[in-house]
Amino acid sequence: MAKTNQPNYKIKLSVGDRAFDIANYTFMILLMIVTVYPFVNMLAVSLNDGMDSVKGGIHIWPRVLTWDNYEYVFKQATILHATFISISRTVLGTLISTFCSAMVAYTISRPDFVLRKFVTLAFVLTMYFNGGLIPNFLLMRELDLLGSFWVYIVPGIVGVFNIIVIRSFIEQLPDGILESARIDGAGEFTTFMRVVLPLTMPVLATTSLFTAVYHWNSWFDVFLYNSSHIELSTLQYELMKMLQNSNATGTSGSMDGMGGTASFVTPTSVRATMTIVASLPIIMVYPFLQRYFVKGMTLGGVKG
Amino acid sequence: MSGTEGATALLKNVEVESSVGRVPPARKTGLSLFLSRLVKQRTLVFMSVPFILWLFLFKYVPLWGWTIAFQNFKPAKSFGEQQWVGWKQFEFMFADDRFLQVMRNTLAMSLINFVLGFATAITLAILLNELRAVAFKRFVQTISYLPHFISWVVAATIIQTALSTDGGIVNEVLLALGLIQEPVLWLGVGKYFWGIMGVSEVWKNVGWNTIIYLAALTTIDPSQYEAAEIDGAGRFQRIWHITLPGIRPVIVILMIINLGQILETGFEPQYLLGNGPNLDYSENLEIFILKYGMNLGNYSLSVAAGIFKTIVSIVLLFGANHLAKRMGQDRLF
Repeated sequence: MAKTNQPNYKIKLSVGDRAFDIANYTFMILLMIVTVYPFVNMLAVSLNDGMDSVKGGIHIWPRVLTWDNYEYVFKQATILHATFISISRTVLGTLISTFCSAMVAYTISRPDFVLRKFVTLAFVLTMYFNGGLIPNFLLMRELDLLGSFWVYIVPGIVGVFNIIVIRSFIEQLPDGILESARIDGAGEFTTFMRVVLPLTMPVLATTSLFTAVYHWNSWFDVFLYNSSHIELSTLQYELMKMLQNSNATGTSGSMDGMGGTASFVTPTSVRATMTIVASLPIIMVYPFLQRYFVKGMTLGGVKG
Repeated sequence: MSGTEGATALLKNVEVESSVGRVPPARKTGLSLFLSRLVKQRTLVFMSVPFILWLFLFKYVPLWGWTIAFQNFKPAKSFGEQQWVGWKQFEFMFADDRFLQVMRNTLAMSLINFVLGFATAITLAILLNELRAVAFKRFVQTISYLPHFISWVVAATIIQTALSTDGGIVNEVLLALGLIQEPVLWLGVGKYFWGIMGVSEVWKNVGWNTIIYLAALTTIDPSQYEAAEIDGAGRFQRIWHITLPGIRPVIVILMIINLGQILETGFEPQYLLGNGPNLDYSENLEIFILKYGMNLGNYSLSVAAGIFKTIVSIVLLFGANHLAKRMGQDRLF
């Protein structure tokens, strides 16, 4: 995403041009408000006293500032443990998947590898079909993965799309680098570990970011495979349960207080707090890493 | 590339020569050459074959489960004991009013997402391109990517809060503008659901979807704009005659790709925001598959619906690919 070829307007701006600019800037500011407001609102509600929020009128600023909601949320053993599981699957899942995908990508980037075509085809074919919900569920049951943490990790050990992206990156590396490693007597695995992995870091950063976001955000596998195992729940799944509860009652919350701490917290304020907790890591990280994300998008996208 | 082709050529050579009998028996034949190369490249084999086994188990073995759609599947029975019913599950499915409604919902939401998604992303990309302050433009872009990265669970929570009748921002704004007289229970009325999905999808992804167009816009030669300006073309004329044609190939390709995914309406937003009152409009194919399979325990019908979805998707995908080729674009895959 370098520079755009912005037309260089040196000619004096016409009235119409100016009107266009004003409208355009106004539109952009509105767009940003619509994008950001819900998060700011959630933050304000999460920092506001629960019973006070019930009165309504909390928009971008808390009225009765308090940390009680956060205190309440993190005193819940379930949520604390769910945070731990979320972090574990994100870290482990991303590390394993990135390493394994890079390894497979390396083998199919070797032009003289005998199984190259077979391995590539076997992986690429799987992009077009899927056994589907029930067959996958039955497989996990047969493999005794239900009720296990590994059901989050094992089905995603390698990502086909990641393999393809990493492979095309490796193929663009100058030939001489890999050759010189081989002349120095390094085996394939050593070459991969010592030469290829460090050189592919830029693309690995991209693929691992997408994988990490996927892991952090997933809840469906928890729902499907581990819904009766509270010790394997994740943050997103806990938030999902809260959402389903309020769907059932039809309002965004009720007046019932939840005791436990000195002051009261309400389902609405707990939900807002959970929303912030579940999205904060991403909100904090993505602006700094967006160039990697964007690179991944254009790498995977079509070239016009 | 050349290496493997060379090897294949070599293999062919060996075969041809041995068939004519000009090669001494000591020379390696196809199979033993393959095996000896396999042994020589054993490190590469060890680095990839375990993952092929993984792939086979997790991606190819579940295909065996497709047989369930042709049975009256009972989980307690073994494969040999299952009752085979042929196409009965499919016949039942296509005759089911619920399924037809689900297909209607799926196609309607797809179509709305398709039209709204393209229109908004292209418009936003063009408007961003017209911003002259580079720092401001970057800032807007960064902000606009945010909703793409958060989970649908968080997004659904946000949407539900914004649409609620007790202090939801949407009702508040509409009331303040005098567009409605009293708060509307948006998620409780079925006929609003498709529209809510369309707008939610735009809110979440419009910024992210501009990336590919903005990348394409950088390839437009700036001298075209200068020439147009000298010829007296206004802002809209430049957008219409230079910017839009410049990104047309990308638009066409993306549209074709998306046509291939017409049954992929997504699952999460519909599932998370679907509730009793809007069920007739929110239930799509994926939810149908989930409900029949996991809630009702009718595995056979669920798998049949899954097969239907996969087969139609593959046909559409290859059709789209064919279309792209005919239109002179690069193949999509």
